[in-house]
Amino acid sequence: MKIMKKILSILLVVMMVVGLAACGQEAQPAATGGNGPNPAAPSEPAQKGNDRLVVGFAQIGQESGWRDAETWSILNAAEEMGVDLKFSDGQQKQENQIKAIRSFIQQGVDVIGVAPVVETGWETVFKEAKDAGIPIVLVDRMAAVSDDLYACFIGSDFILEGQNACKEMARLLNNKGNIVELQGTVGASAATDRMKGFAEELKNYPDMKIIASQTGDFTRAKGKEVMEAFLKAHPGEINGVYAHNDDMALGAIEAIKDAGLKPGVDIKIVSIDGVKAIFEAMVAGEANVTVECNPLLGPQFFQVCKDLKEGKQVPKWVKSEEGIYRQETAAEDIKTRKY
Amino acid sequence: MKKITTNQIFWPLAAFIVLLVYNAFFAKNFFKISILDGHLYGNLIDILKNFAPLALLSIGMTLVIATGGVDISVGSVVAISGAIACSIIDGRLGIFDHSFVAALILALLSGIACGLWNGFLVAKVKIQPMVATLILMTAGRGIAQLITKGKIVTINSAPMMKEYYFLGAGYFLGLPFAFFIVVAVFTIVMILVKRTAFGLFLQSLGTNPKSSRLSGIKVDRIKLVVYTISGLMASIAGILISSNIKGADCNNAGLFIELDAILSVAIGGNSLNGGRFMIPASIVGALFVQCLTTTVYALGVPPEAISLLKAIVILVLCLFQSDSFRQKVFKGTGRWRKGADAA
Repeated sequence: MKIMKKILSILLVVMMVVGLAACGQEAQPAATGGNGPNPAAPSEPAQKGNDRLVVGFAQIGQESGWRDAETWSILNAAEEMGVDLKFSDGQQKQENQIKAIRSFIQQGVDVIGVAPVVETGWETVFKEAKDAGIPIVLVDRMAAVSDDLYACFIGSDFILEGQNACKEMARLLNNKGNIVELQGTVGASAATDRMKGFAEELKNYPDMKIIASQTGDFTRAKGKEVMEAFLKAHPGEINGVYAHNDDMALGAIEAIKDAGLKPGVDIKIVSIDGVKAIFEAMVAGEANVTVECNPLLGPQFFQVCKDLKEGKQVPKWVKSEEGIYRQETAAEDIKTRKY
Repeated sequence: MKKITTNQIFWPLAAFIVLLVYNAFFAKNFFKISILDGHLYGNLIDILKNFAPLALLSIGMTLVIATGGVDISVGSVVAISGAIACSIIDGRLGIFDHSFVAALILALLSGIACGLWNGFLVAKVKIQPMVATLILMTAGRGIAQLITKGKIVTINSAPMMKEYYFLGAGYFLGLPFAFFIVVAVFTIVMILVKRTAFGLFLQSLGTNPKSSRLSGIKVDRIKLVVYTISGLMASIAGILISSNIKGADCNNAGLFIELDAILSVAIGGNSLNGGRFMIPASIVGALFVQCLTTTVYALGVPPEAISLLKAIVILVLCLFQSDSFRQKVFKGTGRWRKGADAA
């Protein structure tokens, strides 16, 4: 027992010393500063006398196919555009992302990009970046901070996606019919705004209405289960399915087939995201439209970084370039899909 | 009368019937069953199909809980087994590509391996069951993602897709095939528990591990076996879940299903401290949980209210199951008995 206590106290002392040392380092950014994801990178020379754009990017981590595509796009665009990119994988933890941002500040990068894993708790570290004169660019997710703490947000307009989905549905149904809605995870901004956008646009089409709306948690399994229940509660009444993401639509397609109906023909399918599997379904004639939510933000992101370095004005919200893909062209489009 | 209400399976069964009666009045078309493409079609049939994975997990979980343990890794094992099976069916692993039989065997083996690992940690290394299985719960999804390289595997265009889809969503003699899997597994496990010494040892182990060991029961070996069975059940459930959606979704397949499995066991009136157990009651518990989900969809409950509604229903059910609650509230009046009959 005594030995245990001794070991514990030694451990505590060591931790405190290390903690102090870390604090000291943060207070003096000019120190060696090599505890970041890329310790070999020289810290000072990168800042001056070098025209090459140096960007630090703090990614959330591996999370979904969508995010993998975004990571791929950023790495790829950096190579193509000749940007010196310092990339950090946060492994879904805010503390890792904050650590990465601090180390980018120490290394004196030109711009810091971050896809915040959560909305809150960023004020302190963004302030540190601002004090060091490094602009922050938020990518695909917002952070709950005041406007002056970040330079620009690049991301999708979920409300617009919902509106576009509604317009496409109206086109497919000739402005008339009953729609069921598969919502995303309750409380997720993507789900809330996609619902809002669709509902707003729906007011323009008096003969179309949503007869049932339920959450499918953005997953295929739940999308199928909910659709099975919808088909039984409203037999023969459903003309269209609006799903907040492609995966739920894919689940719904299975449910519709099991019910002996033809998805894409008897019941029209409109969803959002644009993953490869929905293109395969469109080629097979089982889905109608997907409204893209583009993860390939790399080129736009580095363009903004370049503008910021050159001191140009950038808009506060750069909307990502997104398309609408329909069944008719799916066979061609699928060849260019990266994710 | 008392004999019936104190029977373990009475309360879950009563709750299930109450739910069905409620649906008969309030849920549109809930009981409508028609024939479609030569099989039965309706909400009740969906419940039989969708409750299959949960029923399998609750069988395994009942055995584990009977030993006084718990297995919270089953959700991750579901993801691993689905990932392996779909990767092989889709021909992504480079070995046994597109082989239906190999997909099933390897998926089941993965479940057995996971179960053995849990059993080893609990029985031999003597780690507390919650902690021991927490390890695989955390690591398991990572393993599954490594297998699928972090992507959702879709098997829509694979050559053996139809056969694989049949397991989780096909129909046999008019009923969901998955339901027959549950019946078969249930029968085998019941024989194991009721007709062999194993069941007796299991009960004795959960009631008093020390005296069981002193009377010569190989406690470690029994624990190893029950965790292995639980892993195997999880891998079958993983096959059914991935089959039903024609794909392996490592992030979401079986997410939080371990909680539903524990809930099914609890609704079945089994003591979570171990000891006496009743597998049929757990299965009725699973049936109740799935029926509740389907009911919520059929009624069109707003998504924000679902979790709360489920919690209230389960709370009420648990209160009725508690002897001391019943005695306190309905003491002497005899009214509760009538109430229960009417239900």
